[in-house]
Amino acid sequence: MATTLTAREAAPAIRRRRPRSGRFRRVAIVLLFMSPWIVGFLAFILYPMLASLYFSFTKYNLLQPPEWVGLFNYKFMFLHDPLFWQSVRNTVWIVLFGVPVSIVFAVGTAMVLTRVKVGSGVYRTMFFLPTMVPAVAATLSFVFLLNPSGPINTILRLLHIPQPLWFASPQWSKPALVGLSLWAIGETMIIFLAALLDVPRQLYEAADMEGAGPWQKFRHVTLPMISPVIFFSVVIGVIFGFQYFTQAYIASGGQLHLGEPQGSMRFYAVWMFQQIQYSHMGYASALAWVLFLVVMACTVVLIKASRRWVHYQGGFR
Amino acid sequence: MTMEAQADRIAWPEEAEAVERPRRRWLPFSPWHLVLFPLALIMLLPLVWMIVTSLETQAESLHFPPVLVPGSLHFGNYPSALRSAPFGRWFLNTFIVTSTVVVSNLLLCSLAGYAFARIRFFGRAATFMLLLATLMVPFQVVMIPTFLIVKKLGLFDSLPALIAPNLVSAFGIFMLRQFFRTLPVELEEAARIDGASRLGVLFKIVLPLSLPALATLAVIQFMWTWNDFLWPLIAVFSQRNFTLQLGLTVFQGSHDVFWPLVMAGNVMSMIPMLVLFFAAQRYFVRGIATTGLKG
Repeated sequence: MATTLTAREAAPAIRRRRPRSGRFRRVAIVLLFMSPWIVGFLAFILYPMLASLYFSFTKYNLLQPPEWVGLFNYKFMFLHDPLFWQSVRNTVWIVLFGVPVSIVFAVGTAMVLTRVKVGSGVYRTMFFLPTMVPAVAATLSFVFLLNPSGPINTILRLLHIPQPLWFASPQWSKPALVGLSLWAIGETMIIFLAALLDVPRQLYEAADMEGAGPWQKFRHVTLPMISPVIFFSVVIGVIFGFQYFTQAYIASGGQLHLGEPQGSMRFYAVWMFQQIQYSHMGYASALAWVLFLVVMACTVVLIKASRRWVHYQGGFR
Repeated sequence: MTMEAQADRIAWPEEAEAVERPRRRWLPFSPWHLVLFPLALIMLLPLVWMIVTSLETQAESLHFPPVLVPGSLHFGNYPSALRSAPFGRWFLNTFIVTSTVVVSNLLLCSLAGYAFARIRFFGRAATFMLLLATLMVPFQVVMIPTFLIVKKLGLFDSLPALIAPNLVSAFGIFMLRQFFRTLPVELEEAARIDGASRLGVLFKIVLPLSLPALATLAVIQFMWTWNDFLWPLIAVFSQRNFTLQLGLTVFQGSHDVFWPLVMAGNVMSMIPMLVLFFAAQRYFVRGIATTGLKG
């Protein structure tokens, strides 16, 4: 804050020193500094967005020029494509179930971590380390760990717990993916840890004076204080949940087995990728735009709803 | 400034203030260890198993029940993995792509970030909103036309195809702009009065003061690029242009997967990330905390 004020105060002095010609120079400098981003924005954001919007109204297989078909792709998607709805169901499952479970687990782990003194650094490193494993390697190692006669099922067998087929079974493939995302929870956990350590101690002391129990302190002190971070994690989780791809691609067995078993891992982005494989560029573009609009709508709804429950403390930002 | 303070406060390990209750002790340690310790072991299990498997024979890796302590350590799996697939080539590719993208982002995001932070110009607020809006666009929306552009430029199935769309990132500009605004402006003003150019101020004064932010951006960008999967999957076709992430999937196709080699490849693909993590832990933590709190 202080710095911006000084900037504003100091600015007139400079302006007085170099009147007219300085203006053009400044515009030139701004353009010079910004040009890489402007080029990148035009070439890799704006033009592609408009182009894919156009393609979404066409039939386009890369060999012939795009052929205008109006709303056909959208109609086909909603009315005649059962696999589209399957991919929607799978994706909604991940967003509605996977995202909350991950966030609750991250908050829980972070809270427990604030309770211990001895070895907390070691714990944090251990919880964070899996995040460093690239998604492909992480998924491959889960495919190995969870293979029907693999290590995890052996442990379950020793404990006389039923052993699911995990990635090989349509019922257990998505829960296995949630397990994978819980394993790589480190980033979210660190964010919550930072937020938890940021809650002023006085608030808890005040709550103690009022005779609040642990649950009440959690409900009325901790939760409101970390609500901005919960909100942020929900938004990011939803945005990335809708684009869930890499783990599903690897876990279902790659290029030739996308979505298997029985379509249980055909997520939205997977289905769109399959359309690209079939060279259905028009339909894939329509899928992409529906994804974009849905993600935007969800974000707007989350932001609107957040005013009810997210508590912004003056000093937080 | 708050971003810095927050990040520093959680710079682990010891600075965190633990809230431990002075309570009746029925254990020589906090009971929370009873939750944390098993959980931490579970978190480590996949990593340990990955490494163990990479040192086993194929028979041991498929043995039922699984072998946790292999009879002898087969370090030879690593050279065999390197021989059975062009791992070296994929390493080199990934390294070239990642380092180019990181260096170019540091430079180009600094330029634009500085313009947003310090130079007043017509439409700055609107342009900045536009920049933030681009952060919201899912990659899928731009993917197909980007593929066509890359193809038209004759870059399809080449490393430049992986580099070109990522040379400058809106996130990097945003992050550096936020940081530059926290720097005291007086130094810059003094240098300007002494006749330094904008570029001179940026390179001689602003950037040297911004090393922590630059390191954080470098680390984040490194992670993104090193781990990117979807775009390489689309933009690259032949194995000699694969990145590591794509290369690892090659083993998957066949029915009898040779797990020790896959795991050896896995471990090798992780090593740069792990080295970076232990070398630059605080920048990771800072980066995550800043993206989390300021995103």
